[in-house]
Amino acid sequence: MNLRPDLAIIAEHVAPGSRILDVGCGDGALMAALRDTKGVDARGLEIDAGNVAAAVSRGLSVIQGDADRDLAEYPDASFDYAILSQTLQTAHRPDVVLDHLLRIGQQAFVSFPNFAHWRVRLSLLWGGRMPVTRLLPERWYDTPNIHHVTIDDFRSFVAERGIEVEGAWFLSGDKRTISAAANMLAEHAVFKLRKLSEIKEPTRPIRG
Amino acid sequence: MTEDVRFGLARHVILPGPLRLDGGALLSPVEIAYETYGTLNADASNAVLICHALTGDQHVASPHPVTGKPGWWARMVGPGKPVDPARHFIVCANVLGSCMGSSGPATIDPATSAPWGMAFPVITIRDMVRAQALLLDHLGIAVLQAVVGGSMGGMQALSWPATFPERVRAAVVIASTARHTAQNIAFHEVGRQAVMADPKWRGGAYYDLGDPPAAGLAVARMAAHITYLSEAGLTEKFGRRLQARPDRPDGAISFGFDADFQIESYLRHQGISFVDRFDANSYLYITRAMDYFDLGGEHGGHLANAFRATKARFCLVSFDTDWLYPTAQSRAVVHALNAAGAPVSFVELSSPYGHDAFLLDAPEMNRVVDGFLRAGE
Repeated sequence: MNLRPDLAIIAEHVAPGSRILDVGCGDGALMAALRDTKGVDARGLEIDAGNVAAAVSRGLSVIQGDADRDLAEYPDASFDYAILSQTLQTAHRPDVVLDHLLRIGQQAFVSFPNFAHWRVRLSLLWGGRMPVTRLLPERWYDTPNIHHVTIDDFRSFVAERGIEVEGAWFLSGDKRTISAAANMLAEHAVFKLRKLSEIKEPTRPIRG
Repeated sequence: MTEDVRFGLARHVILPGPLRLDGGALLSPVEIAYETYGTLNADASNAVLICHALTGDQHVASPHPVTGKPGWWARMVGPGKPVDPARHFIVCANVLGSCMGSSGPATIDPATSAPWGMAFPVITIRDMVRAQALLLDHLGIAVLQAVVGGSMGGMQALSWPATFPERVRAAVVIASTARHTAQNIAFHEVGRQAVMADPKWRGGAYYDLGDPPAAGLAVARMAAHITYLSEAGLTEKFGRRLQARPDRPDGAISFGFDADFQIESYLRHQGISFVDRFDANSYLYITRAMDYFDLGGEHGGHLANAFRATKARFCLVSFDTDWLYPTAQSRAVVHALNAAGAPVSFVELSSPYGHDAFLLDAPEMNRVVDGFLRAGE
């Protein structure tokens, strides 16, 4: 089995026999790997009909749908893990998608391309053009990646929202790289997240 | 091995029943016309039930006895197809209320020794499913590997795990819905009124006269047929093109009410050819059963409750140009299945052909159904 490096990291850290929801599951590569190697009960959500057909023809349970629209339909805590790989930056409301992810899953894995990687920075700094890189191959006008995010953006985002980072892994050229200076050196990040229980208190006063 | 008369093409069985119907009546006996393909394996675990649509029949993969046309779903069922007699024991039965040999208004009421006509009890989709279960008992099948159906067949495929949660391991529901909408009911009512407005209908007692309400049934079929197609499909196939005439190969506007347009000629042909193979009263009963169908309503108003008891896997397919049972209807079922925690796959496929797309060449549909069925083997 030859999983994409970020998916391999996620697969490594999913507990055997667990229930997962893979949001933006593509052709189901991760789901199939988890089913076959770890006996995981995997469900998927995928926007592209061709990908859904490919995943279903692998015997996977995949629903054609849109993370921005359809996650609200899933019951609370119905999965051990909710997984969002390479999809966060394509969402219209990544914040809402992430809220749903942590509502539906006890824990969540989120992977995304890092927009602060040095190659991206140089492209903008010296080229003065929107970066076109290996992980972000589309041009500014046809890219599905409408919410570019950096590792540091993501760290502060989850900190503000009281989300606990249980693990973080960084990739450069498909190889793992260290956490220090990841925002500059990593092309890709994988975060394992859990919602902290204390934020369940109402944050706004309720009028009587 | 001696030949088992229960298995094969063009089978017919009279089961004693009685079958308690949703309307309260007891039906006895229960006649079922059906076909089987393939071989039931030793532990009877490879049975796949195919459920047909409103005007379908048991000849899913064999030539129709009246029209001689190939089986109505030979694209899905047959050697090398997703439902394959080499792997599956395939059962397809004419639904209760229909007119191809199963109990319906045209069969004999034992109380009067005459055709039932409108004395036949009104039936539901769930009654059709219960009759199919009687047939499976007769065939020695306790659990279905899968139940597969499109349109009204999809309603049965949804009703199966809801009615017999332990008897079905997988359900394939194509171009279907969990409930008939006001618009669905409205179109059916137009069809029924067309039949009943035909003086030859005679309150349903036309069987002995040899002169059925063909005009009314043809109009019903014409109206319904429009709902099976899409505007884009009609435009592509017919546009405003004129019908050829003997003296005018390119057609002409007649300034009259002949079938000037090709679409008129096509619909008239659909209507006329339909009455040769279908019974008007059956059309009334089956459209009524579809209108009554509301699977959530049968389960306290919560569709998810229909699926709480079953462990079956589900696969739903819709088509983007189907306005009879649009994708939103399939999505509602998917959401209910998710809420019930059932394993479910769903895909909306693209086709120009509207509701009828499920009966036509749809390689992606076949790929999805094939993969889904193999995953359970």
